[in-house]
Amino acid sequence: MNAARRTVGVVGELLITAGVVVLLFVAYQLVWTNIQADRAANVQTNNLERNWGDRTPDDPEFDLPLKRGEAFALLRIPRLGDNYRVPIVEGVSLDDLAQGVGHYPETALPGQIGNFSVAGHRATNGEPFAYLDQVNVGDDVFVETGTTWYTYEVTKEYIVEPTQVGVILPVPNEPGAVPRRRLMTMTTCNPRWDSYQRLIFHAKLVDELPKGEGRPVGLGGDG
Amino acid sequence: MYGWLWSHLPGPTVMRVIIAMLLFVAVVAVLFLWVFPWVEPRLPFTDVTVDESAAALALRPLA
Repeated sequence: MNAARRTVGVVGELLITAGVVVLLFVAYQLVWTNIQADRAANVQTNNLERNWGDRTPDDPEFDLPLKRGEAFALLRIPRLGDNYRVPIVEGVSLDDLAQGVGHYPETALPGQIGNFSVAGHRATNGEPFAYLDQVNVGDDVFVETGTTWYTYEVTKEYIVEPTQVGVILPVPNEPGAVPRRRLMTMTTCNPRWDSYQRLIFHAKLVDELPKGEGRPVGLGGDG
Repeated sequence: MYGWLWSHLPGPTVMRVIIAMLLFVAVVAVLFLWVFPWVEPRLPFTDVTVDESAAALALRPLA
């Protein structure tokens, strides 16, 4: 009897311990990964702005080839807040996405013909796209590079299966088609706290402004 | 289990409480710094990219 009681006691303690570990994992995901990712994103943004500060108008827009895990542009979405500013990092590995939004390396660069495509977390790890669902068709999205402000206008929002890689093709969902337009695509998980679908936004380039000529109107400038 | 641990901690009660708290902090640190970062990519919550292998990932049992 005593041995049985002791066994039940130990099993109970193990179960309570397992419960505490699961709760700690939740805290890790919801709090810790965001703290770490925000810090990493700040480092990326500061490095990029320091790099841009040393730049003369004759310097290239990007330091090609882009280095995996390093930011090369900044993303601003006024709909998500006046201070919303996220570094765009080359690559879409979990390490890359924990420092900002990630650029699919095989896709176009900002302003180029084709489909400049980025992915971002919608929950945990900085969650830059947590409220991306609030962005509407017609909203402006701004991409700042070393030399230029690009303004993209959201044209389409929809949900796909995770395997639908066609959304980041040069002409979305048209394999083999020759791109003529300058597009941008954002992908994130859907629903927010799960990931069995992807939320997709397409946008088209509507304006580009050399940085020497001020800021775009949509960002408080007179561009 | 914890009773056994408690009875094997040295010193008076105050000392045992301090040691027990240090042990707890050490365990949490190991979880946050090594265990959870290892587990995270094996769970499906953080997938945000479109990828041909995503279906295979979704079907993979949770590690």
